[in-house]
Amino acid sequence: MDTPGGGAPPVIRIESVSKNFGAVPAVAGVSLDITRGDFFCLVGASGSGKTTLLRLIAGFERPERGRILIDGEDMTNRPPYARPVNMMFQSYALFPHLSVADNVGFGLVEERRPRAEIRDRVAAALELFDMAGLSARKPHQLSGGQRQRVALARALVKKPKILLLDEPLAALDKKLREKAQLELVALRERVGITFVMVTHDQEEAMSMASHIALMRDGALCQVGTPRQLYDEPQSRFAADFFGVANLFDEAEGRTVMVRPEQIAVSRERPQRANVLAAALTNTVFLGNAYVCHFALDGGKVVQARLSPADMAALGALATGERVHLSWEPAAARVLTS
Amino acid sequence: MNVRRSIALISVLGFGYAFLYLPIAILIFYSFNDSRLVTVWSHASLRWYAALLDNEQMLDAAWLSLRVAAVSATLSAALGTAAAFALQRLKPFFADRGYEALVMLPLIVPEVLIGLSLLLLFVVLGNAIGWPSERGAMTITLAHATFGTAYAAVVIRARLSQLDPSLDEAAAILGATPWRTFRRVTLPLLMPAIAAGWLLSFTLSLDDVVVASFVTGPGASTLPIVVFSSVRLGVSPQINALATLMVLFVSCLILAATLMTRRKHA
Repeated sequence: MDTPGGGAPPVIRIESVSKNFGAVPAVAGVSLDITRGDFFCLVGASGSGKTTLLRLIAGFERPERGRILIDGEDMTNRPPYARPVNMMFQSYALFPHLSVADNVGFGLVEERRPRAEIRDRVAAALELFDMAGLSARKPHQLSGGQRQRVALARALVKKPKILLLDEPLAALDKKLREKAQLELVALRERVGITFVMVTHDQEEAMSMASHIALMRDGALCQVGTPRQLYDEPQSRFAADFFGVANLFDEAEGRTVMVRPEQIAVSRERPQRANVLAAALTNTVFLGNAYVCHFALDGGKVVQARLSPADMAALGALATGERVHLSWEPAAARVLTS
Repeated sequence: MNVRRSIALISVLGFGYAFLYLPIAILIFYSFNDSRLVTVWSHASLRWYAALLDNEQMLDAAWLSLRVAAVSATLSAALGTAAAFALQRLKPFFADRGYEALVMLPLIVPEVLIGLSLLLLFVVLGNAIGWPSERGAMTITLAHATFGTAYAAVVIRARLSQLDPSLDEAAAILGATPWRTFRRVTLPLLMPAIAAGWLLSFTLSLDDVVVASFVTGPGASTLPIVVFSSVRLGVSPQINALATLMVLFVSCLILAATLMTRRKHA
């Protein structure tokens, strides 16, 4: 897998790992390197194997084939409690019978740290998350956002090499989620360890990750930076998963993709290589943009995204009006599959 | 229409409760009766409570019953916890193979059958390996633990199925071995259910006369056995006093068990 990062050894190396549940393959021959200090996102639809891959790294599942190395050490047969990994669960999995401080200190007690050290490190971790005043509370006395921060403090207090996050923001409402996305990215920069996050939300992955692995049917579809996945998808599936894609079939089974915002609309035929004649079918106003649907002569529908300024320059467009759609050659991507 | 219906409903409800509790109320009422005849009211007195406290046989039986109930309830709670774990956590292995039905079977098998089969088992074992050499408190305790385990397992399993399975995984990833996870997370969270299961087994053991009659031996008569045999010789008002105390005791236990399970659901 071409994960940029050059010569530095990866913090996680997954070597052709497979895992079945009964007869159903959940992860099928995945190989992947994750660079130290990365904010790595596993994305895919439900059932794509992204959560299973995360649980394989944690040690909750054992692979049938392949190896998992962390920092060069083979972890394949190590139980979760002996791995330098921590995890934040979708449900947060806070211990309901323990106070916030005891939840955060749970892992340090298991390490048999001296009591004074545990107290200091728990206090520091709670301080980091602005939770110092709530250390005596029980989890059911906290709001959703506070629980999320306790779960993070508990996962980070042991200074793991890797933090795994299983849909960490799914339980938050939309407003809180956007704020928490920025906080998580800033947190990773502050603590400096590798984050591996599972999400089904492509926008979340795009805005948070430094690298993304797109999964489908237990296999890796494409791995790269958010820009690479958006601008240079290799497959129809990847092109469709990250945003809207206009796909044009060409000769020899090739497919060309153009993003809606790359398409220019004009009444005059422009001097460009790629020009199509089309008729407007409808316009949707989104506030900061217009999404226009056009029908080509063959009946194919093409979507263009125009800024309000572009729209004003065009003048009023009537439904059924014939226009020309065009794009720069560099904006078109040839999909290999 | 509505008024008539609610009157009808209340009557049915009242009749139902009367059916259940009127006999007990009459029994408690006559325990404070001074007369030697159980069903003839003379005047209020605590005479039969005093007589009860002088009745050595009754007190010995009560003490034996309490010991048997406490030990068998403890056994039931421990075995019931283990059974609940096996059924809940090792689901794919056990649940599909009818083990669940096997564990729950004592709930529906008639007590007479349980008593008789255990008696046969103890006799055969005694002849084959010399243990148990005689029947008594020990065999009653084991017999009570047999059905107590089934009840405790049901209560504990219900609670276990409500626990978020990722709690175990969270403990594991924080460095806790499976045993430490059980000690620090699962056991404390199950404790109310284990206590409720213990109380339920305790109460069932204290109430049991059928199974105990089968597996008991000379010299080991639990309270229900003594009450049952003394009633056959004619009802002494002492029995009323004793029954009143038992109703009080068992109600307290049931109430405690109810409160304990409810508190955790809040």
